[in-house]
Amino acid sequence: MIRGRCWKLGDNVSTDHIISGKYKFSAIDSLDSMIPHVLEEVIPGFHEKVSRGDVIVAGRNFGKGSSREQAPRLLKIVGVSAVVAKSFAHIFYRNAVNIGLPVVVAQRIPEVSETGDIIEVDLESGVVRNVTKGFEERISPFPREIAAILKTGGIVEYIKLYGAPPWLGGTG
Amino acid sequence: MGFIDRLVSRVVGRDVSPGDIVVVDIDAVYAQDGTAPLVIEVIEKELGAGELLAASRTYFFIDHSAPAPHVAAATVHREMRRFCRKWGVHLYDVGSGICHQVVVDEGIARPGMVVMGADSHTPTIGALGLYALGVGSTDAAIAIAYGRQWVRVPPTVKVVLTGRPPAGVMSKDIALSLVGELKTDGMVGRAVEFHGEALKCISMDSRFTLTNMCTEMGAESAVIPVDEVARQWLESSGLTPFRRVDYNPSETQFADELTFEVGRVEPAVAAPPDVDNVLAVGEVEGTEVDQVFIGSCTNGRLEDIEVAARILRGRRVHESVRCIVAPASKKVYLEALRRGYLQALSEAGCVVAPPTCGPCVGAHMGLLAEGEVALATTNRNFPGRMGHKDSKLYLASPATAAATAVEGKIADPRKYLQG
Ligand code: SF4
Repeated sequence: MIRGRCWKLGDNVSTDHIISGKYKFSAIDSLDSMIPHVLEEVIPGFHEKVSRGDVIVAGRNFGKGSSREQAPRLLKIVGVSAVVAKSFAHIFYRNAVNIGLPVVVAQRIPEVSETGDIIEVDLESGVVRNVTKGFEERISPFPREIAAILKTGGIVEYIKLYGAPPWLGGTG
Repeated sequence: MGFIDRLVSRVVGRDVSPGDIVVVDIDAVYAQDGTAPLVIEVIEKELGAGELLAASRTYFFIDHSAPAPHVAAATVHREMRRFCRKWGVHLYDVGSGICHQVVVDEGIARPGMVVMGADSHTPTIGALGLYALGVGSTDAAIAIAYGRQWVRVPPTVKVVLTGRPPAGVMSKDIALSLVGELKTDGMVGRAVEFHGEALKCISMDSRFTLTNMCTEMGAESAVIPVDEVARQWLESSGLTPFRRVDYNPSETQFADELTFEVGRVEPAVAAPPDVDNVLAVGEVEGTEVDQVFIGSCTNGRLEDIEVAARILRGRRVHESVRCIVAPASKKVYLEALRRGYLQALSEAGCVVAPPTCGPCVGAHMGLLAEGEVALATTNRNFPGRMGHKDSKLYLASPATAAATAVEGKIADPRKYLQG
């Protein structure tokens, strides 16, 4: 189960907001050098304020814009354990699944949550909770393959463990 | 249901519906110098792949920062060249052009294909009647290594374009007006499929602008099924469909349907800070600009350069403006050169840049300083996209851009295009 403090963001947070395009080339070898810039224009000093396990709760179309995968990778590196949003841009969604960052679609939680609340995401039983507000919302279960990828911590880990992506075993 | 589910059904050999997750063979995969480094890292370091099943249908493009503006980019480019040589992946090096245009020019993207591009504007090529999906680097790496990938069949919204675009109105104006109405999240989780009589008078060059801008409505994909205009274009380009898809839109149930009258569209401008902040050109006319950029995968095609040359020929770029023109690909560049457009633009005072994304993504060749204002034919005006975070960027058609270059402030192109 995922449990952490809430960072509340609005609608249409783009991958440019998460990590500006201008840092891509200056840091090809290490994502580490991009860490100070994660969400810097949205929450100044975010990389210092965030703690391991924290959950981002946002509105519609989270992760819109560029396909840069550095965006979800950096969120995971700085300690974000899940993103709960009303909807996701599809490339961000796929990227997040691939790198093992749970992305959860929920409609009410983003409305009731505030920064600092305690959020729980229970992927097994399909529930997101705002513990502080005493509110919970059911989420639709992930398709089998996506659940399997998230469970192993990402597609690369999955392939290392089982030798091939989950769908090569049977779906089609 | 829509063209994309028919195509995916054909590929997997059974009927699929929107929402289904299915595994498909990927007919072509591509990545650019912004996303390829991580593709390489995933393949060689994270996966430690021994073979790449789709190497022969994988294409790398050096287009975002080409030629290299600094050592970091040069190092990325060197890595891409090494990777391509090692694995037998096709490379389009510095000067070839922007990935979404080159895959069209080179006949890499053909009707009926399933294509994955590690770039968010991959839906551009859907104007060729194919399923184009923008992805990130790990997705592209898996597609390259295994030749197959999962897709979630998107629900399709049918957008019917009626009427005829008025003189001086380009497909960019139609696209911006659509984004203004639907907003940047209007099509999240959906694919857009264009239909309607207006398409008969919208050329292939203009169509790629429409599908390109669907990314800015949040659409997962965009498509224009092959019609007479496309068939003639394919024939003149010597291209044939990759796969035939039986498709009858009149028998199709779409997730949603909307009609858009293009006869009422005016030259449009997206003002900062987002693409859906769309105004008629008259509402921002007179706003002074420091830079005009004509190019990108949205509007760097021959028709775009042509209209800019038509307006600027025999005129001068205003003394307070620098006007940068970058054809989207080498093919566009050479044809624009042959037809005298580049000479006319250069004589008018434009800087003609090589085929590159360049300033579109704030990579090089025309960044903005703090407080500067630009008008560009690109697709995103997020703060800082083209340089300093406190610079301002307006988006518009190439005609509006050229008129603006002449006057030094945002201008209505219609007065330059009459007669
Ligand atoms: S021209 Fe701009 S939007 Fe198009 S691929 Fe290049 S950077 Fe991206």
